[in-house]
Amino acid sequence: MPPTLRFLLRRLGQAIPIILGIAIFNFFLLHMAPGDAVDVLAGEAGGATPEYVAQLKAKFGLDQPMHVQLGKFLWNVATLNLGFSFRHNMPVVDLILARLPATLLLMICAIVLAFSAGLVLGVTAARNLNKAPDRIISVMALLAYATPIFWIGLMLILLFSVKLGWLPSSGMETIGGDLSGAARIWDVARHLVLPAVTLALFFMALYTRLMRASMLEVYGLDYVTVARAKGVGERGIAYRHVLRNALLPMITMLGLQVGSLLGGSVLVETVFGWPGLGRLAFESVFQRDYNLLLGILLLSSALVVLVNLLIDLLYARLDPRIEVA
Amino acid sequence: MQGLKEFLRRFVRNWPAVGGFALLMIVLVMALAAPALYPGSPWDLVAQPFLWPGADAQFRLGSDMMGRDLGAGLFHGARVSLLIGFVATLVAVLAGIAIGALAGYYGGWVDDVLMRLTEMFQTIPPFIFAIVLVAIFQPTVATIVLAIGAVSWPAVARLVRGEVMALRNREFVQACIAIGMNDARIIFRHILPNTLAPVIVTGSLMVATAILTEAGLAFLGLGDPNVMSWGTIIGAGRDVLRTAWYVTAIPGVAILLTVLGINLVGEGLNDALNPRLRQK
Repeated sequence: MPPTLRFLLRRLGQAIPIILGIAIFNFFLLHMAPGDAVDVLAGEAGGATPEYVAQLKAKFGLDQPMHVQLGKFLWNVATLNLGFSFRHNMPVVDLILARLPATLLLMICAIVLAFSAGLVLGVTAARNLNKAPDRIISVMALLAYATPIFWIGLMLILLFSVKLGWLPSSGMETIGGDLSGAARIWDVARHLVLPAVTLALFFMALYTRLMRASMLEVYGLDYVTVARAKGVGERGIAYRHVLRNALLPMITMLGLQVGSLLGGSVLVETVFGWPGLGRLAFESVFQRDYNLLLGILLLSSALVVLVNLLIDLLYARLDPRIEVA
Repeated sequence: MQGLKEFLRRFVRNWPAVGGFALLMIVLVMALAAPALYPGSPWDLVAQPFLWPGADAQFRLGSDMMGRDLGAGLFHGARVSLLIGFVATLVAVLAGIAIGALAGYYGGWVDDVLMRLTEMFQTIPPFIFAIVLVAIFQPTVATIVLAIGAVSWPAVARLVRGEVMALRNREFVQACIAIGMNDARIIFRHILPNTLAPVIVTGSLMVATAILTEAGLAFLGLGDPNVMSWGTIIGAGRDVLRTAWYVTAIPGVAILLTVLGINLVGEGLNDALNPRLRQK
């Protein structure tokens, strides 16, 4: 068996108990939620006879013992059946899959922006240690790191949409624009700028600080002194020798931050009316659609596991000192 | 005592940390002074709506779209932010210490079970998890505190576990075991005090995250409806962003400065408690 495949299988073996644990946890949370599907339906019908309620309970299997219900629930999760959203009159999985692409687009743009800007700023700060560029970058990073993400989003709307009128403030496309091809891509891109920058800002600060610290750490290693002794220029040292090794903690951080990024997108999507998973989560809270809410929790946890798996593979490819097996 | 003096000397020499401490003290004074300066409820409709800051000497920070005094909201909000930030962190730190100490001290299957549990909690996206918990158990100060605690303990548990595992094999702990001291006493009297420094640093930075989480929840409408929170004011001010942006801007600056203050203090503590790392 090739080592990569063996590694993948082993990691899947570790991931499955975690997902299973989260699913069981989800089941109990769902049971603690006030009102089940039957209460919702009966309430919407404007009160129902006890017989009708009992009939509904039997239909959804809510009259069965807890462990039977749990078994059924887990089987459903394993077959990707996350229940039914009575608010949207649609299976939860379909709802989530319909909203996932918008969230992924937002998250990927934000993370690419945060990672690349953080890298450039971190390297610049480290190369100018304790000089003006380093001071300015460090102070900006410190401020961005302390700013509530939803608030900076509102302030950006105020500046770029309300005052300057440069960029749209909400949604993903112009309503009734009926655009296609390049015009549509341009339209979506314009709508994407503010939410992506808002979501990226906090993580940009994080990566800048991490990259700066990581560069400084690698600068202190012996091989850098050797490179300097044999006459490699400062630019060559920074980019060819230090940067590559300083990148590794950045990639680790990428995996650690997927969960926070998903959480941040709930706030950003709510601020910008972005039609993604985060906004769906927000809506489901106020519609008391707990099936949907917990489905989102479960699938976003699965996304975290998946991304971390990919990052481990990437890591092994970037750093041959780490063996996948 | 000598250690404390040395620590204070290092902390005071670090001017960003002192600045952060000053910011934090200002917020603390605001929180403590709120009932005296603004005796009424911050929800009371006391002023004319949409008063801009500085327009009326009685309401220096202006009023919102309902005529609530923003100054009262800001001062009372400081109480809520600090209270939830510190208590939620305390809950998370205590839970993390308990789980980390048990896992690190006993090892074996106890460690396996507890670490799997920690990994599970670390996998769930924290903010979404907090939303789910608060939505299911209804938003009150207590549920918000517990929800933030429930999503932030894993980092402490991992940290404490690592420290305890390292200390477990040190000679002074082995000596305690050899003289037949009971486990609880070894853990509480001899191991945990030695893990205090990194836990304090991590905990101080967690307060900042907790305050941001609380503000985010309140912004989404998941704040305790009986208390005035900075996030709630921003959530309400959002609807009038075009005409009265100061309603949104002012509490946001308050959150920013509070979190900034805590982060600076946390980093100052880190530098003062781990002098070897100071140069980094």
